[in-house]
Amino acid sequence: MQFDQILQYVLSGLSTGAIYALIGIGFSIIYNATGIINFAQGEFVMLGGLLTLSCLELLKLPLWAAIPCAIAVSTVVGILFERLAIRPLKQPTPINLVIITIGGSILIRGLAMLVWGKDTHAIPPFSGDTPIAIGGATILPQHLWILAITLIIILINKVYFYHTISGKAMRACSYNRRAAGLVGIDVRRMVLFSFIISSAMGAVAGIIVAPLTMIAYDVGVMLGLKGFCAAIIGGMSSGVSTVIGGLILGVLESLGAGLISSGYKDAIAFIILLLILFIRPQGLFGKADSERV
Amino acid sequence: MKKDLLLFTGFSTLVMLAPQLFSGGYLMNVLVFVGINTMLAIALNLLLGYAGQISLGHAGFFGLGAYLSGILTTTYSLNPWVAMPTAAIVVGFLAGIIGFPILKLKGHYLAMATLGLGIIIFIVFNETVELTGGPSGLSGIPNLKLAGISFDSDVKNYYLIWGFTLAVMLFSLNLSNSRIGRALRAVHDSEVAAQVLGVNARLLKVQIFALSAVISSLAGSLYAHTMTFVSPASFGFNFSIELLTMVVIGGLGSIYGSFLGAALLTLLPEFLRGANDYDIIIYGGLLMVMVMYMPGGLVRGIPALFRKIVVKGKAGNA
Amino acid sequence: MLEVSAITQIFGGVTALDTVSFSVAKGDITGVIGPNGAGKTTLFNIISGIYRQSAGTVLLEGKDVTGLPPERLARLAMVRTFQNIELFGAMTVLENVMVGMHTKSSSGLLACALKMPWSISEERRIREGAIKWLEFTGIIDLADHTAGNLPFGKGRLLEIARALAVEPRIILMDEPAAGLNSQETLGLAQLIKRIRDLGITVVLVEHDMELVMDICDRIVVLNLGKKLAEGTPREIQESPEVIAAYLGDDD
Repeated sequence: MQFDQILQYVLSGLSTGAIYALIGIGFSIIYNATGIINFAQGEFVMLGGLLTLSCLELLKLPLWAAIPCAIAVSTVVGILFERLAIRPLKQPTPINLVIITIGGSILIRGLAMLVWGKDTHAIPPFSGDTPIAIGGATILPQHLWILAITLIIILINKVYFYHTISGKAMRACSYNRRAAGLVGIDVRRMVLFSFIISSAMGAVAGIIVAPLTMIAYDVGVMLGLKGFCAAIIGGMSSGVSTVIGGLILGVLESLGAGLISSGYKDAIAFIILLLILFIRPQGLFGKADSERV
Repeated sequence: MKKDLLLFTGFSTLVMLAPQLFSGGYLMNVLVFVGINTMLAIALNLLLGYAGQISLGHAGFFGLGAYLSGILTTTYSLNPWVAMPTAAIVVGFLAGIIGFPILKLKGHYLAMATLGLGIIIFIVFNETVELTGGPSGLSGIPNLKLAGISFDSDVKNYYLIWGFTLAVMLFSLNLSNSRIGRALRAVHDSEVAAQVLGVNARLLKVQIFALSAVISSLAGSLYAHTMTFVSPASFGFNFSIELLTMVVIGGLGSIYGSFLGAALLTLLPEFLRGANDYDIIIYGGLLMVMVMYMPGGLVRGIPALFRKIVVKGKAGNA
Repeated sequence: MLEVSAITQIFGGVTALDTVSFSVAKGDITGVIGPNGAGKTTLFNIISGIYRQSAGTVLLEGKDVTGLPPERLARLAMVRTFQNIELFGAMTVLENVMVGMHTKSSSGLLACALKMPWSISEERRIREGAIKWLEFTGIIDLADHTAGNLPFGKGRLLEIARALAVEPRIILMDEPAAGLNSQETLGLAQLIKRIRDLGITVVLVEHDMELVMDICDRIVVLNLGKKLAEGTPREIQESPEVIAAYLGDDD
């Protein structure tokens, strides 16, 4: 096994990992604001990709206009989801929330199948597909786009959560929802905000990964679950731990697929998921927290 | 107590008479599936509705039962009547082992962990090609035979499957009205209070998880021996969700509700033939509507709706 | 009967209980009192195995039960009730008490589901036992009601009936009079005395001073996580420290 080949696996693993990280942060933001694991998170990834496709092909928009358009529409779906499914729930027990977000995820997926059919679609890469050589390995320009955009999103997130009033309010909700409500934070608004941010981030993830992996109505399930796995490794943090979680998962998957067997590639994420939940439910980097078990 | 017995006797009589009332092999075939799905929905309901523990991986246990039965009877030429309990014991044992760590998790985390488990099992079915035949499936699984009768027609299979289904129903009804069933419901309502009264909640949850897996495995074996062919596609994540939908629609914690949910979801696609692929939209919509507007499921929601209409009607007349 | 020694509980740097020790004599009614935040409920949660303490030991009838889970303590004949009654809301009143008989019955999962003869006769015994305790607490007429729909006072009685079904030798009650009107509190006092007359040792955390002074044989006073005083109701009423720290608040 050559060093170059391993480098190749690591490089492509990092860019998939960045996608998982974005999705995972989406999970964490909603979880921290509401205590809900949104099983529909992966569907926003799918929506981001497919909506961009429609903007490009149907509306003939240029790429720079198609992307914000797709993000905006996905976010509207996120808002509708929170308003129509989460907020009206009379008995928000964990099991009911699991069931309702699963129901929502199936519904969104089904509607996407109606609109876009069952075919897989491709989106052109943002800036050509001439491979770039790094050491003995090569990567595509799209890989760089993914890493750069993920980095930017994470920085924006950081600024939002630590330097704006609404971001700080959201963090307060994640520490203690009742106390946050008592000091005058509109908790329901924060819940809505968390859905807005998460659906937008999901859509971004879908848009930047689509040129690389193709996109279809049913890609949301697996991507969503892997994003969740990243968030679990990161201890449901909406910051750096989940990013590292995503990158670890991406690289392990890529190495596993290359060195062991590509058939078991998807199983790696779930085995890690179970091991983390069994052994360190607080995440790889977190301190013990009995809430989750 | 008497009323329960009467209800069950009535239900069984209807089930046994059904083949006389409806003729036609195709309908019998669909009703066989209703029976298998009823068993699966009851298995999941024991866990979700009684013990309050969710599983999104039950299709995996169903599949394990089907594949173990299939492999033992084809590759190892075992008698199906031996293969079935062997599969059930193996699956129950596996579920018991995994149950201890997995049931320590709660709510959303348990949902994700069981989902992951289901997907791992599904991947194993696809990848262990020498054993399972991989994605193209395993064929040539023998039918069950009893006293010279081979269960190879739809009507015979109907009686076979429903015999087992009724037994599973009776078993579960008895269980829910016993000290174990009460302890389970108690854990569901207030785990700490149940523990204070001496209920070992953790052990009980693992026991019911294993029982639920055993019933699912049994349904899987029966499925394999009636279809004579199995492939991974029947045991994926979507089927786990379909089972969850059956339980929620029928009514959490109701055995007859599980039958209603299973019957509805098995028959529905038959009526919606034209809309073949779009049934997932209906599942999604149904799940959401039920949780929002009829959290008790059909089995409680319909009578409540009926009362509401009758009371309103009377009030309107007066 | 019950011996608590040097219990210390630290929650994230805050010392909720600081080396609290006391003992409860068999057949007594012992009251644990103290201002809000004194650590009474924390102490109960430790004794009943719901929390694990930072340090200290609990002896039950001479046996070290430190750190045993609540279900094990139930089998050692110790049971408790909760301040905000924890009923099994979806079950009937009778079924609630029948769950209390869990440790007094043994049919396994298969025996129950297959209705084996011994499980049928056991079921009958459980039902009869539960009825007996509903009669004892005076709510037998509510047997078929759904527990979740009971008024608070009746719910309290049900929780006590359910705890008694465990046939405990010691029962811990966390603020049994909280949320009761004066009529119900009087009835509760009588009930607690009748429970003691069955030979069951009673320990209660309570805010209602009148009730505590009326029924308790001994009283332990906690303040800010420390034991302040211990003695008969009369001694406590006359203790200057207690008056200063606690009863003095009334003036």
